[in-house]
Amino acid sequence: MPDALLEVCDLSVSFRTENGVVRAVDGLSLSLALGEVVGIVGESGSGKTVSMMAVMGLIRDPNAVIEGQVLLRGRDLMQLPRNEMRLVRGGEIAMIFQDPMTALTPVYTVGWQIAEQLRAHQAMTRKQARARVAELLAEVGISNPGRRLDDYPHQFSGGMRQRVMIAMALSCNPSILIADEPTTALDVTIQAQILELMKRLQRDHGSSILLITHDMGVVSDLAERVAVMYAGSVVEEGSKADVFRDPQHPYTWGLLGSIPRVGRPRVRRLAAIPGLPPSLIDPPEGCRFAPRCPHRFDRCSVRPELAPRVSANRLDACHLDPAIRPSLRHRSVA
Amino acid sequence: MLRFLGRRLVAMVFVLFSISVLSFLIFFATPGVDPASRIAGRNADQATLRAVRKDFGLDRPLPVQYGLMMKKLFITRDLTSFVNRGAKVIPQVTEAAPVTLSLVLGAAVIWVVFSIGMGLVAAVFRGTPVDAAVMIVGLIGISMPVFWLGEVVNLLTQSRFHDTFLFSWVPPLGYTPFTQSPFGWFKSLIFPWLTLSVLYIGIYARVLRSALVDAQEEDYVRTARAKGLTERRVMLRHALRTSLVAFVSLFGLDFGALVGGGALLTEVVFGLHGVGKLTFDSLQNLDLPVILATVMYAAFFIVLANALVDLVYALLDPRVRHA
Amino acid sequence: MSETLLEARDLVKHFPVRRSKDMVHAVDGVSLEVHRGETLGIVGESGCGKSTLGRLLVRLHDPTSGTVRFRGDDITKLSRRELRPYRREMQMIFQDPYASLNPRKRVGQIVSDPFQIHRAGSREETRRRVQELLEVVGLSPHHVNRYPHEFSGGQRQRIGVARALALSPQLIVADEPVSALDVSIQAQVINLLDDLQDDFQLTYVFIAHDLGVVHHVSDRIAVMYLGVVVEIGPSDPLFLHPIHPYTEALLSAIPPIEADDEARRERIVLRGEVPSPIDPPSGCRFHPRCRYATEICSVEEPVLADHGGGRFAACHHPLDAKGA
Repeated sequence: MPDALLEVCDLSVSFRTENGVVRAVDGLSLSLALGEVVGIVGESGSGKTVSMMAVMGLIRDPNAVIEGQVLLRGRDLMQLPRNEMRLVRGGEIAMIFQDPMTALTPVYTVGWQIAEQLRAHQAMTRKQARARVAELLAEVGISNPGRRLDDYPHQFSGGMRQRVMIAMALSCNPSILIADEPTTALDVTIQAQILELMKRLQRDHGSSILLITHDMGVVSDLAERVAVMYAGSVVEEGSKADVFRDPQHPYTWGLLGSIPRVGRPRVRRLAAIPGLPPSLIDPPEGCRFAPRCPHRFDRCSVRPELAPRVSANRLDACHLDPAIRPSLRHRSVA
Repeated sequence: MLRFLGRRLVAMVFVLFSISVLSFLIFFATPGVDPASRIAGRNADQATLRAVRKDFGLDRPLPVQYGLMMKKLFITRDLTSFVNRGAKVIPQVTEAAPVTLSLVLGAAVIWVVFSIGMGLVAAVFRGTPVDAAVMIVGLIGISMPVFWLGEVVNLLTQSRFHDTFLFSWVPPLGYTPFTQSPFGWFKSLIFPWLTLSVLYIGIYARVLRSALVDAQEEDYVRTARAKGLTERRVMLRHALRTSLVAFVSLFGLDFGALVGGGALLTEVVFGLHGVGKLTFDSLQNLDLPVILATVMYAAFFIVLANALVDLVYALLDPRVRHA
Repeated sequence: MSETLLEARDLVKHFPVRRSKDMVHAVDGVSLEVHRGETLGIVGESGCGKSTLGRLLVRLHDPTSGTVRFRGDDITKLSRRELRPYRREMQMIFQDPYASLNPRKRVGQIVSDPFQIHRAGSREETRRRVQELLEVVGLSPHHVNRYPHEFSGGQRQRIGVARALALSPQLIVADEPVSALDVSIQAQVINLLDDLQDDFQLTYVFIAHDLGVVHHVSDRIAVMYLGVVVEIGPSDPLFLHPIHPYTEALLSAIPPIEADDEARRERIVLRGEVPSPIDPPSGCRFHPRCRYATEICSVEEPVLADHGGGRFAACHHPLDAKGA
């Protein structure tokens, strides 16, 4: 693995609530190399968004307890003073969010909002900022940027607002872009436009992207490496080709089997995963997936570590003997 | 924007017209209310009543009476009181209006400044003892009736501690016009201002705090933080700005109502002869022309305040402007 | 071909725009048939009118013009009273399992409400039936006394399904029934709907924006764009060899999953966005974004033409569907 730009080590985020401690992220480890695109897939409640909010230092709940390390070029962001962390946000790590309709402040023009970020990180006059904003808007494919920058968010469609968000995120040339479900709220034809845009920008800028999504297709399209999250931690990680063609963890098998595929003739039945994701307040001991896993056996009462079991770059957290996995998988994946 | 203003103006005129008709009908056409007997006195005979009716035009048909009334109120401006014969109504209102305006404007400045400050502090320190303390202070303010608080203030500043260095500068109760002595004006009003604003500071701080707390959960505030803005900027430019909408609409209503005479208790307690006092007195005497004049005055300010609120909305929120 | 259960003819629904004379052309002349026992999928992007069409089909909206026939009876003009017996036969399942269940009612009440409304069965019968229904949709019968908020999204959707099934309807219109759910839960609910269809001989109209889901559940699919059906036909041929350029673009826009080599085709990225339904484009509504558009497309509105094999498409330049 090349030198890591960002390294998340054993990150845990828990929230104290009336009903008990919710362990939203539970020992997440992940790394991102320079120029790499890593996709984090998982269902709601798997902790993918919360963990990235923790990386960004955006969890402000006084009842939250965050543990672990987040190393950006070797510097632990968790130990950073507030003011330095502020400069990391938007400067070195930028983030775009799921719902472009609500992610921009409704009362300011989009140009003002992008310029605000520029001027928070760089010494710039208003005029310089304005010129730069127009460049950025043009780069993300907004026509007539010189005029459009004086428009308010509600004057843009959802797809266009997401372009504005992307322009804003890229404004300070961040080394890492965290994209949290960037296309989930968009229609499929608009999603295609945004995915093309993100690919082009990634090529041009060479930025590293952490892509959070539940959509296997979107991950497939953008990411090089994929991490599958379940109940607060990564259960499987590897190159895109490996994870999708040769998935190792029974949860991934179930997930892939649950998705109705376009472009294949219809299957009779989807291979749904039985049961519900576990409660994060009182998670099952041992493997978190065991209660829903058709292949569980006695060793599953011990929590498996994320480790290379198949090859050096293939991590998984499953006790099943790698040799017997393929035959089990064929029974679960349609 | 111009069309927006035009629409508002037409609506305002229409509302004022309706209010004038309505209050005219209530006071002059309600069965059992005979203005003539009011004017003529308790034991007037039929001949006197007839004379009075003729004199005041009360024997004419209602629409004509209404027209006469409006003409006297707005055009010739010589409407006279029924009770103090010969006393003109308009000067009474124009004398009282500056008192009330001074009182309410000053109080409004204080309550806006303090409530924004308290709301911000409480929201920033949400869930901490600071938040609780600020909110309790606000609640105490809400719970103190103005007449009681006013009397306590008077007791302290006018008698108990009047001779100490603390309050020796406090002038006796009453109003000093700004044109006469700006500093005297300020001195005569500072305690009325504080007294009147205490209630509103409490209410507005709570309203703003909850709006700010909601705003903190908004996606765009999260975006603002993710942009790397300072916490101060996030709060003031993003959370506060969008939270002001609820604040402004409440303010418009309260301000209009107070200017229209709602500050009666404060006026009475501090011996200020404002519109509230005038309305109250005229109601006591059932002095119909004065009542009508003050009602119209109040309606004007309430409607104006509402129009201003809409305007401020449009300034605060571009979505309203473009709708 | 089996019997026609539901038939829509030239359905139009226009909504007035507030404070203006404009109209939103939500549904603008849709004709289709739903056969007994089949699942008809309706796909399209947001604003294409698919939800409005769904509501028109069960008369939750009154159409501006056009007719809906259920088993041959015109239900468009019926009064509320006259409509009642039909309501029992046509049920709807909604997208948001959080918003479509009354939070103050217990599950038992929610599922038994239809019996009360239609005065069907004694109290004892109703109770037994509710327990049966809960079991059928995979919930435990002793869940009757719980409130909706005590359930997960998938379970709530099961409650919605149980309520819809209560009066043994013939037709269920499901509007985005699984789009609020996670994939693994989504698969459970889809499988449930599938089983119920077999067990109770149900007919579904399945409205969704997720093409994969619609493809999986539907026997036939109607593709909508800006208030009209641009293509309709059996699922597999329609998805494998689309005739209408919009269908083609829609399908190519779905990012394929790594392992799906057979799905890897050229991605057609459509220009621009869906135009406003207030003032839809002249001629073919898709022409401003269509890469095959010629002059005729902006002038003449294409009609749904028969392309054989039960396939219809409204296009002046239909794609070659020989592979079908």
